[in-house]
Amino acid sequence: MTAEVTMRVWRGEPAGGAFVDYAVPAVDGEVVLDVVHRLQAGPAPDLACRWNCKAGKCGSCSAEVNGTPCLLCMTRMDELPRAEPVVVAPMRTFPIIRDLVTDVSFNYEMARRLPPFAPRPPEANGAYRMASIDVARGQEYRRCIECFLCQDVCHVLRDHEEHKADYGGPRLFLRAMELESHPLDTADRRALVRDQLGLGLCNITKCCTEVCPEHITITDNAIIPLKERVVDAAYDPVAWLGRRIRRRTRRPDPSPLPAADDRSPDKPASGVAGRQ
Amino acid sequence: MREAPIHDLDVLVIGAGGAGLRAAIEAAQRGLRTGVVCKSLLGKAHTVMAEGGVAAALGNVWAEDSWQVHFRDTMRGGKLLNNWRMAELHAKESPDRVLELEAWGALFDRTADGRISQRDFGGHRYARLAHVGDRTGLELLRTVQQRAVALGIEVFMECKILRLLEDPAGQVSGAVGYWRATGEPVAFRAKAVVLATGGIGRSWKYTTNSWESTGDGQALALWAGADLIDMECMQFHPTGMVWPLSVRGLLVTEGVRGDGGVLRDKDGRRFMFDYIPKMFAAETADSEAEADAWYEDHVHNRRPPDLLPRDEVARSINAEVKAGRGSPHGGVYLDIASRHPAEYIRRRLPSMYQQFMELAGVDITKEAMEVGPTCHYLMGGIRVDADSAASTVAGLFAAGEVAGGLHGANRLGGNSLSDLLVFGRRAGAAAADFAEGRPGTPVLDPAEIDAVLAAAEAPLAREAGESPYALQAELHEVMHNLVGIIRTGPELTQALDQLAKLEERTAALAVTGGRAYNPGWNLATDLPFMLTVSTLVATGALERRESRGGHTRDDFPDPDPELGSLNLVQRLGEHGDLELVREPLPEVPEALRALLDETTT
Repeated sequence: MTAEVTMRVWRGEPAGGAFVDYAVPAVDGEVVLDVVHRLQAGPAPDLACRWNCKAGKCGSCSAEVNGTPCLLCMTRMDELPRAEPVVVAPMRTFPIIRDLVTDVSFNYEMARRLPPFAPRPPEANGAYRMASIDVARGQEYRRCIECFLCQDVCHVLRDHEEHKADYGGPRLFLRAMELESHPLDTADRRALVRDQLGLGLCNITKCCTEVCPEHITITDNAIIPLKERVVDAAYDPVAWLGRRIRRRTRRPDPSPLPAADDRSPDKPASGVAGRQ
Repeated sequence: MREAPIHDLDVLVIGAGGAGLRAAIEAAQRGLRTGVVCKSLLGKAHTVMAEGGVAAALGNVWAEDSWQVHFRDTMRGGKLLNNWRMAELHAKESPDRVLELEAWGALFDRTADGRISQRDFGGHRYARLAHVGDRTGLELLRTVQQRAVALGIEVFMECKILRLLEDPAGQVSGAVGYWRATGEPVAFRAKAVVLATGGIGRSWKYTTNSWESTGDGQALALWAGADLIDMECMQFHPTGMVWPLSVRGLLVTEGVRGDGGVLRDKDGRRFMFDYIPKMFAAETADSEAEADAWYEDHVHNRRPPDLLPRDEVARSINAEVKAGRGSPHGGVYLDIASRHPAEYIRRRLPSMYQQFMELAGVDITKEAMEVGPTCHYLMGGIRVDADSAASTVAGLFAAGEVAGGLHGANRLGGNSLSDLLVFGRRAGAAAADFAEGRPGTPVLDPAEIDAVLAAAEAPLAREAGESPYALQAELHEVMHNLVGIIRTGPELTQALDQLAKLEERTAALAVTGGRAYNPGWNLATDLPFMLTVSTLVATGALERRESRGGHTRDDFPDPDPELGSLNLVQRLGEHGDLELVREPLPEVPEALRALLDETTT
């Protein structure tokens, strides 16, 4: 007798959908994506699901298994409880296209908002020199496979549709910190990250770090240092005084910050306050 | 019939892997309106699967290295079936292409004095692969992706191209396809088209390739009238995972061997010393002591046989398993744990560590891996002009795996990432030149667009018929059993027969569900491509009655010097049937030929 496992897969369209149960034989050594492929070859030939590498390297098959955001190709069936159905649902934060496929274009649009890498000139021979220790942290950031599970789990995006217009999310903060800390980069994105990408809204619950399949320490190694850099730029009392004096003696600030919200210059952003 | 909205571009790039994005960057930097079409989301292309590194004679680790040595290694590794001019350009230009990535934000691993570090790989005389741990492809792809975003290049994601379109003069003028998300049709009008769609490995059962590698570019080019060369030259990577079954075929980077991993049989014997071919005997260690000493001193010792070119290693593993000396799951052992401490392995090979730990429950810092050959890379492909990457059809260019010639009969590890950059750039520049020189607006034929779409949509309308999944499974069996790593004439004939029958059955494909994000329908539209390229491979393999590089004939086990001087060119004949002609390889100039001598260092 072959053991059976019940897959409870969300099927639907933008207008709505429901979970559908499929009973399939259990096979040794499989990951959830293998079972999805068996469903496609059998009872559910039109079951929509993204995938590419099937090795945890491309970040395409992001979904939620038993409520946990994960890559379907790296989630082993034998690590899930067999007695209960395996619940496979699309990422909840993004609009549904079909079944397990969601519209992740938000992330690509946000990526365009960050001013690109702006290196200093190379040495005379056209090359750059960087020490291992100076690239190590950046290499951790660049392990990101853009699976967007951090975005999916981030409660600012997950539970507050209204913030999608002005909040980049963990993936974008990771990228911003990568650029900010790049040994060769010369641009300054700190004001942008604060004013237009809503860094202050993150209150460092570390959910993003927990779901990262690349085990990037997103909160501790990227978001918190980024917050510190932004705070340094915006709330340094000496710099603040300098700006006030300049403003008084010269001309009005050409780019006044948005007032009357929790990111105004006179009030620390939420999440940062606790660390002062 | 739904009408396909038309997007107007100067340069259309099909494929958003390393080659496609590098081509698009070049065209966009010239100020041309450039668009990139890809079947998946941006940043998911197969390039991310490249692990070990990008080959470039930077000379950072061994100052003795030079473009001449890289050229020599590439040609000899390719069993001299290479296009010499492509190999020359590749060896000369790859260092600049790597340095350019750094100016776009890439962070390579460093040497002690802060330069780009380089690692050893099979067939490369010196440590030559610039790398980022074992995720170099991801770094490369992300870097060109971010550069493309910075340049504002238009990217059309999750779009399948069905056919290239030509104007009455026979110049490629655009393409037609559909959006995967909605199933709605779309067309592109462009003055020049670059194909950068990668490989064909999805036709085999065990492969390192993703679902996307269905030979789209090769088939599109063939149908548009272009020549393809040496399609029989398919590389089986020696080290794929063999267990659990669900990950069988998954790539295990050659970096494991480059960093000191050795192959062993079931009794722990290092069997590669039994398989050193004459061509590489002078440069390969014949004792374990010399092989081990080489890791520290490349100048006074010869390379371990574990680092022979991939075709040699794959065949050797195959022979060991056949002789009954394999591991329990039909592979051999790859052991790095007994050479290096755990911390070193985790730092140098982080994603291999993770892959084996999470998918197989194997700790590679303590145990050996079980590995075996897996379908990996097509050396043959669209015939191109070396300097311009132009195909034999006006307005059509090709770069990366989809193009043939650079790698000859066998590709060296690390040479694909450098290939992408060098020829991606050249294709983008040449396509830009062509677009700038092409007057007027290209003409598309609406009737042709309608016909292509109608054929693609037919399976949606059929009530009952062949399942695309079942057809694909049968194709996998045919290619695995009859057009695998070791081939024979009778089996190839049988394969061609079966492929023809499968092709007939595609006329009866039927899918359930609608057109919106329907993987069954998507597969039904991929199958004609897969069957076409599979037929090209089997046809070439039957014709090349010799063993050379990735192409091994059991009934013709030796290389044949006459066939070794020929490209097998395939194209569509006047009546739409395949024709194969033998054409002499471009002759290597005297000055470069001297570099190929066995004793040259």
